[in-house]
Amino acid sequence: MLRLEPFAFARPGSVDEAVALLAKHGRAARLIAGGTDVMPNLKHGLYEPEVVIGLSAVAELRGIALEGGGAAANGSDGELVIGAMTTLAEVESHPLVLARAPGLAQAARSVAGPTQRTMGTLGGNVCLDTRCVWINQSHFWRKSLGYCLKKDGTVCHVVQGGKSCVAAASNDTATLLCALGATLVIRSARGVRAVAIRDFYKPDGAMNQRLEPDELLTQIRVPAPRRSSGASWSGYAKLRARNSIDFPKLSIAVAWTTDRVGAIDDATLVVSAIAAVPRVIAGIADLARGGRADDPALIARLGEQARKVTIPLTNIDGDTGWRRAMVPVFVKRAFAAARMATTG
Amino acid sequence: MSSSHGSGKPPADRADPLQHARSPNRTFGPQPPGEQFEVIGKRLRKVDGAGKATGEALYTDDLALPGMLHGKTLRSPHPHARIKRIDTTKAEALAGVFGVVTGAEMPARFGVIPWTPDETALCIDKVRFIGDPVAAVAAVDEETATRALDLIEVDYEQLPALFDPAEALARKDVLVHEGNKHGNITKEVLLEFGDPDGALAKSDFVVEDDYFFHGTAHAPIETHVALARYGSDGVLTLWSATQIPHYVHRELAKVLDLPAPQIRVIQPCLGGAFGGKSDPFSLEFCAAKLAMKTRRPVKFLYTREEEFYAHRGRHPMAMRFKTGLSKDGRITAVDSKILIDGGAYSSFGLVTTYYSGQLLTGPHQIPNYRFHSTRVFTNKPPCGPKRGHGSVQPRFALEVQLDRLAEKAGLDPIEVRRRNFQGAYTTTVNGQRVTSNGFDQCLDVVEKASGWKERRGKLGRGRGLGVAGSMYISGTNYCIYPNDMPQAGIQIKVDRSGLVTVFSGASDIGQGSNSVAAYIVAEELGMRVEDVRVVAADSDLCPVDLGAYSSRITFMVGNAAVHAARKLRKQVQAAVAQEWGIEPERVVLAGGFAFDKDDRGKAITSAKAFQITEAVLETLGSTGSYNTPNLGGDYRGGTIGASPAYSFTACVAEVEVDEETGIVTVPHVWTAHDCGRALAPVLVEGQIEGSAYMGFGEVFLEHHDVNRYGLHARPNLLDYTIPTSVDCPEFHASYVESLDPEGPYGAKEAGEGPLHPTIPAIANAIHDACGIWLTKLPFTPAKVVAALQARDAARAAGGGANGTANGRAH
Repeated sequence: MLRLEPFAFARPGSVDEAVALLAKHGRAARLIAGGTDVMPNLKHGLYEPEVVIGLSAVAELRGIALEGGGAAANGSDGELVIGAMTTLAEVESHPLVLARAPGLAQAARSVAGPTQRTMGTLGGNVCLDTRCVWINQSHFWRKSLGYCLKKDGTVCHVVQGGKSCVAAASNDTATLLCALGATLVIRSARGVRAVAIRDFYKPDGAMNQRLEPDELLTQIRVPAPRRSSGASWSGYAKLRARNSIDFPKLSIAVAWTTDRVGAIDDATLVVSAIAAVPRVIAGIADLARGGRADDPALIARLGEQARKVTIPLTNIDGDTGWRRAMVPVFVKRAFAAARMATTG
Repeated sequence: MSSSHGSGKPPADRADPLQHARSPNRTFGPQPPGEQFEVIGKRLRKVDGAGKATGEALYTDDLALPGMLHGKTLRSPHPHARIKRIDTTKAEALAGVFGVVTGAEMPARFGVIPWTPDETALCIDKVRFIGDPVAAVAAVDEETATRALDLIEVDYEQLPALFDPAEALARKDVLVHEGNKHGNITKEVLLEFGDPDGALAKSDFVVEDDYFFHGTAHAPIETHVALARYGSDGVLTLWSATQIPHYVHRELAKVLDLPAPQIRVIQPCLGGAFGGKSDPFSLEFCAAKLAMKTRRPVKFLYTREEEFYAHRGRHPMAMRFKTGLSKDGRITAVDSKILIDGGAYSSFGLVTTYYSGQLLTGPHQIPNYRFHSTRVFTNKPPCGPKRGHGSVQPRFALEVQLDRLAEKAGLDPIEVRRRNFQGAYTTTVNGQRVTSNGFDQCLDVVEKASGWKERRGKLGRGRGLGVAGSMYISGTNYCIYPNDMPQAGIQIKVDRSGLVTVFSGASDIGQGSNSVAAYIVAEELGMRVEDVRVVAADSDLCPVDLGAYSSRITFMVGNAAVHAARKLRKQVQAAVAQEWGIEPERVVLAGGFAFDKDDRGKAITSAKAFQITEAVLETLGSTGSYNTPNLGGDYRGGTIGASPAYSFTACVAEVEVDEETGIVTVPHVWTAHDCGRALAPVLVEGQIEGSAYMGFGEVFLEHHDVNRYGLHARPNLLDYTIPTSVDCPEFHASYVESLDPEGPYGAKEAGEGPLHPTIPAIANAIHDACGIWLTKLPFTPAKVVAALQARDAARAAGGGANGTANGRAH
């Protein structure tokens, strides 16, 4: 079978210990949370760490809670705080997630299969490496075609003559967290910082995360809906080859709030599994404001807005024209998924 | 290349000058040995089921020997190149490396078909696809062996590569195999029976279309694995995940230049094969050679990626089919032209080429028939036999054309198949003898089970039902190497304790052949199944069997088992009868006892009966064998596809087409299979379900292909998508028991036949659902959407190209 190259393994018991190890080893280290993606990537030689830092013993990174609420008796005005090492299985079924961000539960539930979700974590999914049909293969395979921009090579096999890597963000939960406007809390030995998830990703498939080698994602914070809202909604739709296991061929998240009479007062639509960054589609709030989420004509307009700016590449297996045509269909399905879910 | 023309006449009884020397064809009829069946036909557990379920079963990779080394294979990164130089010096010098081997050390050519030996254990002068094995290393562990591969220097001169079979056919300047007499053609067969052109010209309805069947892989959960030990006694032992130990044994002797008696081949428990473990493979030779060189045991375990390179999967076929029908729904003629993409080596390709035509002449009566099949080499992983070898592809084309014709004639698709039913005890247009045939009953079963009459056309928009039928062989009388010996053998040893050990050469690859051997012997000797132990697939211990392919084992090994056990049965009956002073016919053997039919209180255990027999006779043992009768059309190739019995299948699939996305779901597949007598109903149902599952995966999800560089596009189980449990239809498996006069207790095959109709039934159901004919597999959502758009465009234009306007209105 494929074997792992040798590396040292460290298992810190706290965030402080973990960031100290990161500070010491920097680029020579590779964090491992659930390992469902890091392990195959290690076996494929995509990472060659000297030290692997396993986070499974860092208890303070687990858990789901509301923070900063108070005005509303049910805590609905609090911030939903999820520890980075919380498993996707916990996220998909946690009452607070189901109540406050049902779309996040849907996105978490759509990751891989049940066995991977009992190991895989929300933080791991947020920090998931980009994917491409030309990179997620063995070392022999990549070497046979002379490598590529993402690792060890100088050419792109997706875009002829391309100079920057177009490997695609393939993390289901990131799409939804972008739609919800989540914030990421990042620790290092140097301190702590918060970054909006929409600013966390950068358009470089080789490394699409603004994360320094000494930094550790510790929390994912989902903001409370604005106080004026009547209700908030979120939904997720995923196009994939099979109904389990597979990464997305198209990842679409919607979130919107309605006013007290049920009209949309704000809306966000995010499309991913296209390029390195989950794309927040411009102009959606303006198109949607005042409309209703059960209006097929409105949803079709929003879908068309997304389709226009979505240009699938051959970085993912599947006909590109068909994937593009599926954008409005899955926008519709994301809205439908949101409306089927419990609302907060 | 051979071009053969048949006479179209049924075969006359031919005088065979060698007949006197040939092992006899011997069968025992469909009746139980005693008053009634005690074991056969009962819903029993597999004899090895508990061990596999608990993890106790030993697969090849579970075996480890003291001092064992681990082997790794260096593979070609180029699709087509000449090897200029190989230098292994640095690899050999690496600490932990015990041996390196290159192709020059094993120059003998081999091939599973003796007429086409075009492989070597490792490439010598040329590499022919990305992944072709070039050198191998044995080291203290897999990590060291892998590092050693990087130290082997190979200079290549790259050559133009051929990925498109049509281009390979046309090009004379680029040859995958230099010295091949016919360019890149590996085999060409043209056979004609009757007057297809004349019949088509006179037909009331004719359809002519191009069909494409893509490449698919076997994707067994266990990859190839082999362990070799070369003992101080000079005996080479190879444990291998093979489904044909006998051919591995023969080819090892040839390639290693060792006397065959010095070689022992053992097949441990095996984790899936489906045809993909039928050839001898590089790792078997390399493990053996390195064990001989290093004097240590050597194990090779292929990665999943290497499994995809070793391949031997289903051949892609580009098929032009032309079929005619009369107004009253009778098939007038079938004419096909098929281009077969063989990949880099011959493998079973000679047989594949024949099977692409020879196995299509039932269960429908085809009065006039021509097929012209050409297999070519390309610089891709070699294709070979996969479940339903050679005939799954053309069956898809033919069964879709039958539905196209049924629509033109205004006939129900099941009715068309009924009208063309060839019947039992007949001869096909290409001279194949058909014995029992329960296809008509199979149609009845799936028609009823699916609610065809009540539900078809009433399911609503996007939902539909489709039907298809097929036939398959229960082994063939074309033995891969010509010989007059039996095709299958069984030996039985009887122990005084009451244990009976059955030595079977057959490979249990999960299909349950060990269980069936145990059931038959238990039935014959009136024993409890748990008192029968089967030792199988070990060349030192077991008689030769030709392997787990062509759906031959139940029929052939089953007959051999009946033969061997029936002899013992008679001995035991005679000895007990003598002891009791009664007629032997009165001694009943059943349920672990022998008793007097006329005095049922008089009973002894099986163990006691064996002791009495051993005392009267001598040490008890028995052998049995099976060989086919002389069969086949009287023309070159006429024996290929000639089987002592054919199985038949009918299938109805129900589909739901999501017209927005093109995603098709299949809620139900009903399959009824005529397997003769179902010796082990649970195993038969499992084979039917497994076949339908595999066909379903091939329709929508699985695609073995190379990218523009010639690299396998999806050499892993994330990208090569096999259906998960949540993708699967509900499978409804039924069997029809048309007792065959020559099968063991009337049994025929069940392992491969049921796959065939799944694919066209789904294609036909999609047409029923939404009025599109899909002709190119796999049916990806993008293709479905494109076809739906073409349908809508045609409807908008008021026309009806491609017959789509005849689809039901929604």
